[in-house]
Amino acid sequence: MTKFSGKPQKQVVLAAHFPGVNNTTVWSDPAAGSQIAFDSFRRFAQSAERGKFDFFFLAEGLRLREQRGRIHDLDVVGRPDALTVLAGLAAVTTHLGLTGTVNATFNEPYELARKLASLDHLSGGRAGWNVVTSSDAFTGENFRRGGYLDRADRYTRAAEVLHTARELWDTWPADEVTADRAAGVFTRTGDPGHFVHSGQHIDIQGHFTVPRSPQGRPLIIQAGDSDPGREFAARDADAIFSRHGTLESGRAFYADVKGRMARHGRHPDQLKILPASTFVLGTSTEEAVEKAHHIRRQQVSPQTAILLLEQLWNKDLSDHDPEGPLPVFDPVLDDDSIIKGRTRLFDDPLATARQWRDLASEKGLGIRDLIIEVTGRQTFIGTPSSVAATIDEFVQSDAADGFILVPHLVPGGLDEFVDGVVPLLQERGVFRTDYTTTTLRGHLGLDHV
Amino acid sequence: MSELHLAVALDGAGWHPAAWRDPSALPDALFSPVYWLSLVRLAERGRLDFVTIEDSLGLQSGRYDGLDGRADHVKGRLDALLIAARVAPVTTHIGLVPTVTVTHTEPFHVSTQLATLDYLSTGRAGWRAQVSGRAVEAAHFGRRTFPAFDLASHEEPAVQAHIAELFAEAADHIEVVRRLWDSWEDDAEIRDVATGRFVDRDKLHYIDFAGAQFSVKGPSITPRPPQGQPIVTALAHSRAGYDLGTDIVYVTPTSVANAAEIVTEVRSLGPAKVFADVVVFLDPERKARLDEVDGAPYTSDAHVYTGDAAGLAELLLSWRETGLDGFRLRPGVLPADLSAIVDDLLPLLRAEGAFRTDYTATTLRGHLGLPAAQNRYARTEVTA
Ligand SMILES: Cc1cc2nc3c(=O)[nH]c(=O)nc-3n(C[C@H](O)[C@H](O)[C@H](O)COP(=O)(O)O)c2cc1C
Repeated sequence: MTKFSGKPQKQVVLAAHFPGVNNTTVWSDPAAGSQIAFDSFRRFAQSAERGKFDFFFLAEGLRLREQRGRIHDLDVVGRPDALTVLAGLAAVTTHLGLTGTVNATFNEPYELARKLASLDHLSGGRAGWNVVTSSDAFTGENFRRGGYLDRADRYTRAAEVLHTARELWDTWPADEVTADRAAGVFTRTGDPGHFVHSGQHIDIQGHFTVPRSPQGRPLIIQAGDSDPGREFAARDADAIFSRHGTLESGRAFYADVKGRMARHGRHPDQLKILPASTFVLGTSTEEAVEKAHHIRRQQVSPQTAILLLEQLWNKDLSDHDPEGPLPVFDPVLDDDSIIKGRTRLFDDPLATARQWRDLASEKGLGIRDLIIEVTGRQTFIGTPSSVAATIDEFVQSDAADGFILVPHLVPGGLDEFVDGVVPLLQERGVFRTDYTTTTLRGHLGLDHV
Repeated sequence: MSELHLAVALDGAGWHPAAWRDPSALPDALFSPVYWLSLVRLAERGRLDFVTIEDSLGLQSGRYDGLDGRADHVKGRLDALLIAARVAPVTTHIGLVPTVTVTHTEPFHVSTQLATLDYLSTGRAGWRAQVSGRAVEAAHFGRRTFPAFDLASHEEPAVQAHIAELFAEAADHIEVVRRLWDSWEDDAEIRDVATGRFVDRDKLHYIDFAGAQFSVKGPSITPRPPQGQPIVTALAHSRAGYDLGTDIVYVTPTSVANAAEIVTEVRSLGPAKVFADVVVFLDPERKARLDEVDGAPYTSDAHVYTGDAAGLAELLLSWRETGLDGFRLRPGVLPADLSAIVDDLLPLLRAEGAFRTDYTATTLRGHLGLPAAQNRYARTEVTA
């Protein structure tokens, strides 16, 4: 194993993503529990806290996904409201950071800032917000304003919502509430929390109602890959949830985003880069590889294989045999995607289709096996010690600052990792053996604002 | 005689604006989760039906329209729904009914948030739906401007039109929230390995609501909550608020005779249960001290009771004769008046057989004696 002498060892950041609406979540396994009962969230979060994880993470999607005009029925469907669940989890955990994805397009900053600051109070300084920007008209059909926002404006709106939220969080000085009975002074000013914000997207004024929260400002996470997305993160985020989980793409992404920070007057340590990652553990490498394949077959049912193929071909392929060959015709290049409610997956469908065909003929794969081959291979497959070594290597070689782990099972999917890998990371001296702070910013070594 | 239903309304340090200055109050703790948890546990020890938690999308003010500039009153609040969520997993029976404004919020979000609270509490969620007509709160959203109005201009046609619009929007909001709760049938999740399907999409329903202020497509992103329909409630001072499609209406009678009139009117409009709001001070000396500290006698939209527990029991039992289903008591000082309700008032009501000695249900619908909620979208079985 490479040693990076001279440089102090970086500490690994670990977060736990509650598996949800996605075909990586296996619902057909006998061990798969409820995706909605609070007990699943409680058990998953408590497992993360037992493993001294930095934070728990929840995704969001504001409209049920559709394919070919019908609600997508093959993956897990249905989830709770993120911030509400996090407030519940604050009651049954003590140190774990509690972060949730909340859309900046279909929420108003006053209400959102209020909820996040409230969550920070109710959790004793453990709140975090993953700022996402989906702005499609399809999702807009569930909201007052409809599909009002041009895609090009998604990050200008998000940045302004975030900046406005910060202005609101900063309105109450830490010592505003005195609650001095004798003097009869509850707050230093008669009407605290005054603000005025006038900008391109948001024009509001008045008084914020939540006293300054323990972290000052909840942790800000960004998840998005475009140039404006990266720029937004480099300027405004404390952490990034990235898609770049391999060593090479991780290092390139890390260098790119951290390289943008100086221009915004920030130090690279102020932004933690955390790729989404999956893991499969075995007592031997062979066992882990075999398990990984079994899980991939659970994740890609015959029906799911056709569905994923349709997302590239942008066309009804329900007459194709999942065990048979790929379509002989090319993908349909149409702006109007057959899939609604999730982000576009392929930049160049024709090129991807060519690659898939080549791979299928080279290895003699039918549709389902091809899909298993080309989508969502697990990030870390191996024994606990090899996985711990790989994670350490990724972090020390600046492919990441840590990982947001996405297990494939609810609620027990994290347990193996907590029991097997965490102790080895602790032995290596790159992961805490106990919490040394009580706030999320504290765990990440980021200053309270 | 059937038992009363009893709720308490939690707000800051209590409903008296100087409550936080009472030696028994805990003004340093108002923004801490422990404060709220201990209040709700106290109410649960009393076997109350539910607690409501006050909220608003603006600063507290003694004035009808703008702010009041007073530093000697409690200012600031945490989000009530999140307080309820924080308390839910560590309480077991009591209903949790946060206030959520309808005027500026998204019915889609409100629906999933309340459904989630129902999951966190396994069937104890409710909602106090609240209209906001205040211009200062509208300015926090910057999307609509409201005319400033006060008691004097209240009857002017422009103000009346504004208010009518707000109540129409409130009814639409509640309708959308309810439809979204029903948009998943209870057995929509099938996990059918043979066909590879997690859900039966025929049991997920678009709600296709179109109204003056918003249109909502649906279905919800959250499966139907444990109660099917969590309990919807509203405080109302006139007919406009009696008729919003809620399960409970809190009304503010000033006398037995007035209670009888109101009950008759609400009953003529629909099946909602009627609770009377009463502000409660169970220590007259404390109330007098706080009035003095505050520089004015306390007044309220609701009847203010000051006296001992026996007198309050008598009042509740006599008002009940008008057909009221229950009361929402607003403690003047927290936790003192809540303690007195639990330890002094409830034993007297129990001695009269007018209040439960223990919970007989685990859901809020159960406490209220409401049947399982029918799903408006579920196909009824057709028998051949
Ligand atoms: C790892 C990752 C996770 C994401 N999770 C969510 C999510 O839970 N909800 C959501 O609405 N968008 C999610 N997104 C979408 C992004 O937040 C972003 O809004 C979208 O990708 C558009 O931005 P972009 O063009 O910069 O990628 C995720 C993106 C990434 C990379």
